[in-house]
Amino acid sequence: MSETALRPHENKETLDTDVTDGELPARLAATWGTAGGLIGALSTVDHKLIGRRYIVTGFFFLVLGGLAAVAMRLQLARPENSLIGPDLYNQIFTMHGTTMMFLFGVPIGEAIAVYLVPLMVGTRNIAFPRLNAFSYYVYLFGGLMIWIAFALNVGADNGWFSYVPLAGPEFSPGKRADFWAQMVTFTEVAALAVAVEIVVTVLKLRAPGMTLDRIPLFVWAMFVNAFLIIFAMPAVMLASSLLILDRLLDTHFFNQAEGGDPLLWQHLFWFFGHPEVYIIFLPGTAFVSAIIATFARRPVFGYPAIVLSLIATGFLSFGLWVHHMFTTGLPQLGATFFTASSMMIAIPTGIQIFCWIATLWDGRPVYRTPLLFVLGFFFIFVAGGLSGIMLASVPIDTQVHDTYFVVAHFHYVLIGGAVFPLLGAIYYWFPKFTGRMMSERLGRWHFWLAIIGFNVAFFPMHLAGLRGMPRRVYTYPAEMGWDGLNLVSTLGATLFVASFLLFLFNVAASLRDGEIAGDNPWDASSLEWATASPPPPHNFDRIPFVTSREPLWAERQALPVVSGLAVDKREVVITTATRALPDLKESSPDPTIWPFVSAIAVGAVFIGSIFTPWAVAWGAPLAAFVIIAWFWPKSIEEDK
Amino acid sequence: MDHRVVRDLSDLPNYAFGPRMTMWWGTLAFCVLEGTGFALALGGYLYLAFLNRDWPLGPPPPLFWSGLFTLVSLASLVPNYLVEAAAREENLFKVRILLVIMSGIGVLLAGLRFMEFAVLPVRWDFNAYGSLLWTILGLHAVHLVTDVVDTVVVTVLMFTRHGFGRRFSDVEDNAFYWYFVVISWLPTYVVLYWVSQL
Repeated sequence: MSETALRPHENKETLDTDVTDGELPARLAATWGTAGGLIGALSTVDHKLIGRRYIVTGFFFLVLGGLAAVAMRLQLARPENSLIGPDLYNQIFTMHGTTMMFLFGVPIGEAIAVYLVPLMVGTRNIAFPRLNAFSYYVYLFGGLMIWIAFALNVGADNGWFSYVPLAGPEFSPGKRADFWAQMVTFTEVAALAVAVEIVVTVLKLRAPGMTLDRIPLFVWAMFVNAFLIIFAMPAVMLASSLLILDRLLDTHFFNQAEGGDPLLWQHLFWFFGHPEVYIIFLPGTAFVSAIIATFARRPVFGYPAIVLSLIATGFLSFGLWVHHMFTTGLPQLGATFFTASSMMIAIPTGIQIFCWIATLWDGRPVYRTPLLFVLGFFFIFVAGGLSGIMLASVPIDTQVHDTYFVVAHFHYVLIGGAVFPLLGAIYYWFPKFTGRMMSERLGRWHFWLAIIGFNVAFFPMHLAGLRGMPRRVYTYPAEMGWDGLNLVSTLGATLFVASFLLFLFNVAASLRDGEIAGDNPWDASSLEWATASPPPPHNFDRIPFVTSREPLWAERQALPVVSGLAVDKREVVITTATRALPDLKESSPDPTIWPFVSAIAVGAVFIGSIFTPWAVAWGAPLAAFVIIAWFWPKSIEEDK
Repeated sequence: MDHRVVRDLSDLPNYAFGPRMTMWWGTLAFCVLEGTGFALALGGYLYLAFLNRDWPLGPPPPLFWSGLFTLVSLASLVPNYLVEAAAREENLFKVRILLVIMSGIGVLLAGLRFMEFAVLPVRWDFNAYGSLLWTILGLHAVHLVTDVVDTVVVTVLMFTRHGFGRRFSDVEDNAFYWYFVVISWLPTYVVLYWVSQL
């Protein structure tokens, strides 16, 4: 072939129409793959690798937070126990709550979204993949920082909501509260970054044809959740920044003597803190909707009702925060308003639960482990919701405020609403993540141990609370009559821990010896099952063209797809926000080490600022330099 | 799973402007979350002003430098609009000139902000009023400086070999964020400088 014949072809990028079907997967995998070695691993921008790290790290923090809970249960198993002293106990309950809320509860939902949303909407990577990598490292560093501080006896000790004036400079000298406040900064930067990525991925990276009414319910829930994060997290970042300013730069935001107000902390914290509950719960609804459709063998009943309920839950969750402050002496009208709004949010949640029950009712349910965990979710979450309606009433709340009744309530809501669906989700998507099935027999044992252990551990706490046992006490006298209930709780917790050990064993054993899964072992309907298990670096050989809300059930013969994308350069299809018409082929960033380096620079500034404000003055230009290096185009190809 | 190709996208363009691009939506999302931060910080100011009957707890801040800052900010919207339009036209010459002007305006505004701090009537550690003034002004200053640095970087970028193609869209996004910096200042200005005069 002559040189002149080659020249036009040199200028033209190779498209998937230029290569054979047999050659295409390997070419795409080479373009979208992650390089080997440590630098390659730290440079990856593949949402599946980052998502997998997020998931494993989230579970790692769950284990740490769980061990803190075990320590507390051992201490409380009998009255006047001397296993753990008051100072260490304060640190342990703070680390437990902080870890479960900030390092496990929020990140794990986002982690699974990072892995699955791009697959479910039929694209090749998440929007802003380098930001995604950066967010993971920032989250990891923040979590490690607070646990290393704990190991050095500088563990936060003011409770997970770190109320002032207790957490202020006067009553908490030392650095414990500062580590807590900066941990918030780390984790919220990460959470906000992922929320932005999810919003843009859902709006602009959906496969052609995936109109708003064809978006999977899983994706809708994660989308609404991302908005909650965007509107709620700035409140806690602001609050923790003001706290650290009060502690380190002698400002007076929460100092009543100089015109500040301790309740300003509570307002800012709970303006975040209540939506936080829904930020943890909405991913649970995402898992439930996906699992129920697959195992009921029919689409979820009431799709528009569920979508509208999700959106309504999002709005209403911002109108409840004051119910955490009923005992602070609010005007009666305010208390009445927040009682009404707290009860009102039960309506959209109830609608979703009725839709799921209707789906099972009308379907042909297959009772595999993921569905068992969803049934467990119904039972536990509804029980937690009912005690929530009790707590929404000011007179009851006033009686049981800061008692174990509240502890029981929120563990029913959070473990029922988030952890049970999460465990179901792991059983459900494990084949997609790893290519292997988890053991069904061990899964059933796990479920029954978990549901029995959970209820034996937490139900007695309702009674202990009604009998006046306050939360956050490191011990209690025998004559209070709380010893029997606490011993039962500790026995239940032991069972619950055993269930997790079984789960971890099941994960490890299945990773090694599990049955090979294939692309779609559950015969599910959404797009993540249209590709290999685990998916290749480029997710799909060709981007799907969506014709139905349940694309894999509607197109059983052959999946409609689009062609014409570059093969040797990372390219994603951008569609219009509502009708998902194909609009652009945008380049998607290549791997780079800079997000990792930026996370180190930003982390150094955050940690340094705990010790001296000059860390910000000197560190900010350095961080800015690193971030500019990150953004500076590395090749002319990126400009096109 | 078997495939059947139903549509060919070979002819789609690689970049566009405004809401057709992911970066525009990302910028909007950051504006929304940062705007929420401003709203809550200003809410905190009004909350403490409401609780303290003798607000402000010190002299009100002087109006000269802040007034000048506000006027220059508003005036900057004109070249900002022009640079946005030039970027959409992909007119490199105009974009370069206007970006240099916007960088100059940004540096000027940073200087004016420094003067605002210099004449604040109370220190941050004097009382809650001082804390609020310094912190909220600082919060806006962080946004201002971030966008000025970004503008300077984009300006340099457009004078290099990278100044073509989708970089025009980056220029447009930078201009978009500048609108947020100016618009978020207006309620901040009213609360910090005029509520205390009432």
